[in-house]
Amino acid sequence: MTVHGQRSPGSDYCLSGSGLGFFYGQNLVVESAAKGLKDITMQQTKQILVIGNGMVGHHFVDQLRAKDPSAQITVLCGEAQLAYDRVHLSGYFSGTSAEQLALTTEEAYQAANIQYRLNCWVEQINREQQLVVTSQGGQFYYDELVLATGSYAFVPPIPGNDQPHCLVYRTLQDLDAIAQSAAVSKVGVVIGGGLLGLEAANALKQLGLQTHVVEFAPQLMAVQLDQGGGQMLSQKISELGVQVHTGKATQAIVAGAECRYQLQFADGESLETDLVLFSAGIRPYDQLARSCGLAVGDRGGVVVNDQCQTSDPHIYAIGECALWQQKIFGLVAPGYQMARVVVSQLTGGGHKFSGADMSTKLKLLGVEVGSIGDAHARTPGALSYVFTDPRAQVYKKMVVSKDGKRLLGAVLVGDTSNYDSLLQYALNDMLLPKQPEQLILPAASGAPLAALTLPNSATICSCHNVAKGDIVAAMDSGCCDLASIKSCTKASTGCGGCTALLKSVVDDELKSRGVEVKNHLCEHFAYSRQELLHLVQVGGIKTFSELLSRHGQGLGCDICKPTVGSILASSWNDYVLKKPHVGLQDTNDTFLANMQKDGSYSVVPRIAGGEITAEKLLVIGQVALDFNLYTKITGGQRIDLFGARLEQLPAIWQRLVDAGFETGHAYGKSLRTVKSCVGSTWCRYGVQDSVGQAIAIENRYKGLRAPHKIKMAVSGCTRECAEAQSKDIGIIATENGWNLYVCGNGGMRPRHADLFATDLDTDTLIRYIDRILMLYIRTADRLQRTSVWMEKLDGGLDYLRKVIIDDELGLAAELENQMAALVNTYACEWKATLDDPQALKRFRQFVNSPDADENIVFVEERSQIRPATAEEKRQWLQQIPITELPVTTLAEEN
Amino acid sequence: MAWTDICAFEDLVENSGICALLNGQQIAVFLLELQGEQQIYAVGNYDPLGKANVLSRGIVGSVGEQIVVASPLYKQHFDLTSGQCLEQPEVVIPVYGVKLQQGRVWLNAIKQDQQASAA
Repeated sequence: MTVHGQRSPGSDYCLSGSGLGFFYGQNLVVESAAKGLKDITMQQTKQILVIGNGMVGHHFVDQLRAKDPSAQITVLCGEAQLAYDRVHLSGYFSGTSAEQLALTTEEAYQAANIQYRLNCWVEQINREQQLVVTSQGGQFYYDELVLATGSYAFVPPIPGNDQPHCLVYRTLQDLDAIAQSAAVSKVGVVIGGGLLGLEAANALKQLGLQTHVVEFAPQLMAVQLDQGGGQMLSQKISELGVQVHTGKATQAIVAGAECRYQLQFADGESLETDLVLFSAGIRPYDQLARSCGLAVGDRGGVVVNDQCQTSDPHIYAIGECALWQQKIFGLVAPGYQMARVVVSQLTGGGHKFSGADMSTKLKLLGVEVGSIGDAHARTPGALSYVFTDPRAQVYKKMVVSKDGKRLLGAVLVGDTSNYDSLLQYALNDMLLPKQPEQLILPAASGAPLAALTLPNSATICSCHNVAKGDIVAAMDSGCCDLASIKSCTKASTGCGGCTALLKSVVDDELKSRGVEVKNHLCEHFAYSRQELLHLVQVGGIKTFSELLSRHGQGLGCDICKPTVGSILASSWNDYVLKKPHVGLQDTNDTFLANMQKDGSYSVVPRIAGGEITAEKLLVIGQVALDFNLYTKITGGQRIDLFGARLEQLPAIWQRLVDAGFETGHAYGKSLRTVKSCVGSTWCRYGVQDSVGQAIAIENRYKGLRAPHKIKMAVSGCTRECAEAQSKDIGIIATENGWNLYVCGNGGMRPRHADLFATDLDTDTLIRYIDRILMLYIRTADRLQRTSVWMEKLDGGLDYLRKVIIDDELGLAAELENQMAALVNTYACEWKATLDDPQALKRFRQFVNSPDADENIVFVEERSQIRPATAEEKRQWLQQIPITELPVTTLAEEN
Repeated sequence: MAWTDICAFEDLVENSGICALLNGQQIAVFLLELQGEQQIYAVGNYDPLGKANVLSRGIVGSVGEQIVVASPLYKQHFDLTSGQCLEQPEVVIPVYGVKLQQGRVWLNAIKQDQQASAA
């Protein structure tokens, strides 16, 4: 008799001395030393013994090794090989080898210092002595024992079920037996039309058998699908050559006439077959637990608590052998979760198992099937939306709560493209759109109602008696967006019940006029900016590639990449030049400067509120002189330095940062400046310190990434010298505090800001600005300035007041918190870049040469440099040898 | 066909570009990840529409099936395999041979046949 493993000397003490039951490494040494134990050098770590090496058992070993490189792990594996992928087992018959299915190798276990035994069946567990005995008589001691024994295929007690060619589908050995049998068979039947049964049917089909599926229930996949979904699945599978027989109770397997056997059904019918494959469910392997007195469930399964601990605190059970709150989880993902819970328990963490979502998306016999949550609409009051496309054979059902606001479950057959977004709604308890059916309707159809087919006489808005013809007429006369049509026709300004219909009429009409109306960001994301931001924040998505792989397609482009870069910055405030974000930024954001027409850059240091000391002015002047830059005062009360070459930017910024300057974000879609007049400090008329306020506000919001640039201003009195009413956020001092103006802008389409609130104290002022900016960031479209954003808000300025001042949506605290998080994580990007040698590497014209770009040529004008014209460059180029000419192409001839 | 060792693979920036100077020609070199595989492209750095050497600083991505870079100046897209401008098909930038060998990036300074120019 051999004895493997050793008790760790400290463990006895550890068990009695610690209520937790586990102690590790250093702790143990200390504790043991206190007990006066002398020889504790070798065996401080515990023996972790794992019975079973299925997917979950292996995952446990893998995770434990990763967390604790020194843990003593021994695995007893009943099969002839280590863990393999049981989920894709049917691939074995379509060319996937056992090696390819393998999840690990013996070499890998050896390299990771994991002891293992193959073909090793455990006979009994001796809990008293904490050791297990194998069928070969081997003994293994443990400090902590993990049962990952999995489950076995349930074979219904049908007479004749034990004959040759009556098989199960569970292990690689089973597959070999199936292949052998199939070689001498023509027809095969799977008994069981669940998920595994259909997988098994796929296997038989791949082996070239005429395949049947026999299911006791009236439909396929009764656990995951509703009746409609099951029917669609049957239909599709039948067309793929697998015959489906539902509602059939098999009573006996007897000798057949044409085939080897005949299945006799309760309804008197029969089916001839050469091979019978049972896939009628699984049963947990719990005999070991039973025989050593651990608690097991009435219908099997080792009872575990939230720590995945059995009734013996030193024995855990994970995967399909474990019974948690009367539930067995027959999917791999929950098993993995349990494995990680035990790893956490054994390594001092506190993770608990809290159940698992049993939603699934898979391909069965080539048919896409998805099931989410309450697929059968069993929740009281649940409502179902069903979409069926009999031609494409697609079935989609959505189960929503009584009030229509939450998604409870879904069934998808034939097309699971909506699965991910539906799952998001269900898992995160997200508020559904007003017309939730949109979520399962085919994307191409857009509007739920074919508004185009409505006659012109159809009444759209009954409050104001507006017919479709009136709307069309308004559009003919130049109204081309919802807001202007509403104000022109009054449609949808009454009870608002026709809002959606009006929108679809307008959208359809616009579409028929060739106007693109979808608000998809670009071809790579079928979402608006707001939807993407939601996906990022809800899904905790931190990189573009993750977002693209989960919700997009293709490689991305110059529209979605900077947008997502901005969303990520607004959501997590990560350094924009961190590696995963580099490729997302427009060149201006990449090089933290503004590219000019010749490929050179301009540089704008932040001068908050337009206030600057003489010393700092001198620094800017000296930098401009030393690097021969063109200087100009900007409209935002700061100084722009032009003509910097890419490779000069770090040196220029080193000087500026050393002198105490920060980046001005002139390159970003972010807060630019807060302009100010001189205010009450100097001005005879001023009533408040506008400069101090402007500086405080600029410092609060500097670096804030937004859908578009944001400008602000603070005026010290009603004379308004800072032109605050032309800004996104304008503040004008009053005798009693501050008046807040919002959503103005200059530029191409100037708009005066609207008076939002009056006589605010500074705290309230800042709170309102926090909320407005954050709401704007969260809900605006790409490159939408605050003015357009506000006009497009349903309800406009009044609505904005309700949300911001009255907090009607209950969002205020959340908005403020999000802003506080961004404010608290601000860092000057230029300072961060100068500290990052990797980022600095990008600031060179050529990767392989110190030369400068010869196409950047300056001439002098009014005592400063300016870019040379094409003609001037040609003249200059004639003076240098032809071989050094920069590369030219056909456009150069223009 | 003359291949020249330009830089180490690590000098490339994933999903972005760098610029190399080869016999006086500026060449933009991009590293993209396509379906889990890394692919390197080399085209002229000169934007013939914006008339500046800036393409290496453009955003790379896809338009339909085409792999493109967008000029940072006026955002026209250039196909990285054919050099053709999507917005103005008569404008074609040079495409260069590029290969990865023993961790180094090699460029072929001779412009590849511009088959797309006929299109």
